[in-house]
Amino acid sequence: MLSFVLRRIALTVPTLFALSFLTFVAIRLVPGDPIEVRRGERGISPERLEFFRHELGLDQPVWKQFLDYVWGLLHGDFGVSIISQDSVLKEFLTLFPATLELSLFAMAFAVLLGVPFGVLAAVKRGSVFDHGLMGVALFGYSMPVFWWGLLLVLFFSVTLDLTPVSGRIDLIYYFEPVTGLMTIDSLLSDQSGAFASAIMHLILPAIVLGTIPLAAIARMTRSSMLEVLEEDYVRTARAKGLSPFRVIGLHALRNALIPVVTTIGLQGGTMLAGAVLTETIFAWPGVGHWLIESIFRRDYPALQGGVLLISTLLVLVNMAVDILNAVINPRIRHGR
Amino acid sequence: MALLEIENLSVDFETRSGGLFRAVDGVSLKVDPREIVSIVGESGSGKSVAMLAVMGLLPKTARVTADRLAFEGMNLLGITPAARRKVVGKDIAMIFQEPMSSLNPCFTVGFQIGESLAAHLGLGRAARRARAIELLELVGIPSPESRLAAFPHQLSGGMSQRVMIAMAIACSPKLLIADEPSTALDVTIQAQILELLVRLRDEKDMALVLITHDMGVVAETAERVVVQYASQQVEEAKTLDLFRDPHHPYTAALLAALPERATEKRLPAIPGMVPGQWDRLDGCRFAPRCAVATAVCSTRPPTRAAADLGRALCHTPLVAGRPTTRSDVAEGVSA
Repeated sequence: MLSFVLRRIALTVPTLFALSFLTFVAIRLVPGDPIEVRRGERGISPERLEFFRHELGLDQPVWKQFLDYVWGLLHGDFGVSIISQDSVLKEFLTLFPATLELSLFAMAFAVLLGVPFGVLAAVKRGSVFDHGLMGVALFGYSMPVFWWGLLLVLFFSVTLDLTPVSGRIDLIYYFEPVTGLMTIDSLLSDQSGAFASAIMHLILPAIVLGTIPLAAIARMTRSSMLEVLEEDYVRTARAKGLSPFRVIGLHALRNALIPVVTTIGLQGGTMLAGAVLTETIFAWPGVGHWLIESIFRRDYPALQGGVLLISTLLVLVNMAVDILNAVINPRIRHGR
Repeated sequence: MALLEIENLSVDFETRSGGLFRAVDGVSLKVDPREIVSIVGESGSGKSVAMLAVMGLLPKTARVTADRLAFEGMNLLGITPAARRKVVGKDIAMIFQEPMSSLNPCFTVGFQIGESLAAHLGLGRAARRARAIELLELVGIPSPESRLAAFPHQLSGGMSQRVMIAMAIACSPKLLIADEPSTALDVTIQAQILELLVRLRDEKDMALVLITHDMGVVAETAERVVVQYASQQVEEAKTLDLFRDPHHPYTAALLAALPERATEKRLPAIPGMVPGQWDRLDGCRFAPRCAVATAVCSTRPPTRAAADLGRALCHTPLVAGRPTTRSDVAEGVSA
C-alpha cells in the first residue's frame, strides 16, 4: 500500500510541472501585462513602465522567468501577488476555506440525492420515475452553470425573496474566523441567527455547483446498480430470504458504489472548475473568484500559484479516491 | 406428507415483443423428506426456472401459475413475500451453478454465512461465529477459523461451492435445491461436492433436489429422476428403472449417448436441435428429432402415459427399447 501511494505521488510530479508551464505561458500570451492593466486611463511615462517591468522581472526572456519561478517553487515560494503584495500562498489559504465549504456542501447535496435517486431509478427500471429522473439528470448535466445560477437567483432570490443573492453571511454578523468555514465559525460565535444566515447564503451556490455532479452521480449509480442487480450474488442474497432493503441497500449497493466513488472523485475536479463560475455569480469570496480577478488584472504570480495549488489538491483528491476504492473493494486491497 | 408438492406449474416470461414465452410448461413434482430427486435436461429446458419459481427468485417479468405449489402443506403462491422469506433461506435453501460469482465479492465468508443465521435464527455475534466455524468444518474446509475473514476472491471454485453449501445449510433446511452445483468445477472437485451433498443429506435429514444435465451425476446420486425437454416434463421414474428401461425416446436417446454405453467408436448423438422459442410444433416437441416418431407425433400433442410407463409424454412410449401402442389412448393406434 505504501509503495502504491509513493508511486502515485511520483507520477504527479510531471503532471504538475507541465501544468505550471502551460499556465505560465498561457497567461503571458494574453495581451497586456500587469503594468499595462494597472496603468489604466491616466497614462504612464514609458520610463516608469520600463522601471516597473524591470522590477517585476517582466523584461527578462520568458524561459528565464519560468526558471526563476520554478526555482522559487522548489524553495516553497509561490511568489507575491502583484495586486495585494501579499504572499500568494497566504492569500490562497485565506480564501480556500470558502471554496472548500462551498464544494463540500455541493458534493454532499450531489451525493445524498444522487445515490438514492440512482438506486431508485435502477430498482424501478423503466418506470415513469426512472425515465423522468434520467431526463432531468441529462438536463442538469447539460445546463451551463452561469445560466442555471442566474435562473435560480432570479426565481428564489428576486421573485420569491427566499435567499440572499450573494456573499457568505449577512453583514450584521461579525466574528473572527477560526476554521474559515462560515457554518462552523457561526456556530462557534454563539450569535443567534448567524448559522441560519450562513446556511441561507450557502444553499443556492451549493445547488448550482452540485447540479452537474448530482446528475453524473445519479446516472452512474443507476447504470452501475442495474448491472449489479443482475449478478449471481444478488440472487444468492435473495435466496437467503433477506429483506429487499438489505439485498439492495447492502449486497447490491456496496458493489455498485465502486464505480460511483470514482465518479465522485472525478466530479470533485470538475467541481473546482465549476467553482470559478459559481463563485463569480454569487460573489462568493473563494479561490475561484480570486482566480478570475487574477486573470483580469494579469496578476501572474497569483494565477500561476493558484492554479498549481488547486491542481495539487485535485491530485490529492484523486489519490484519496483510489485509496477509498481500495477500502470498498477488497479485490483491489489484496492486489489480486 | 410430501415435503414439496408441485402440480401443473407453468412459468411465462414477457418477451420484448410483448408476447409470452413459456419456460416451464405444466411441470408436476413431489419430493418426500430425505429424498434425492434429480431433474435432468438440456440448457433451456426449464429445469432451473421451475426451481427458481419455488424459491420465488424469478424476475418480475415472470408469471408463475400452478394448481398447487406447497411446501410442508403451506401454499407458497398465496402467501405474502415477507411470509415467503421466512421459509426461503431457512427451510428451503438453494445453491447455484457458478460458485465464484454467487458469493458477494465485497463481504467476508464469515459475514455471508452469519447473515442467514442472524436473519432466521436471531443468533448473536459470538453464536454466529461459532456456528459458522462449525458449518465450514462440516463442509470440509480446513482451518475454518482462519477462513472466516477470507474474501471470495481468495477462494478456489471448489472452496467457494463449499462455502455456498455451508451458507445454504446454515439454518438446517428441510430441502436443498442444488442447481448444477458441480458443473463449473473440475472433475475431481465435482465428485467431492456431490459426495458432500449426499453425506449432508444423510446427516442432516434433508431432501435434495439436484438439477443437472449430467446423466452420470444422476446415476450416482439420485433416487428418482425427472427428465425435462423444451419446458416440459417428459418422463419421471426411479433412477434404476430409468436407466434400465427408459420409456420416453428422448430419455433413451440421452442414455444411448453416454460414452459408457456406446458400443461403436463414434458416439450416437441426438440429431437436430432443441426447438427455440418460436418454432415449437403443435404436436410432440421432440418429434422432429425422434427416431420412432410417427405422423401423429407432429400434429397432436401427446398425453401422459401411466405411472408404470414413467408418465412419459409420448404417443408411443418405449418398452424395452421398442415403441408400443398405448392402451389408454385409442388415437395412438390409428396413426
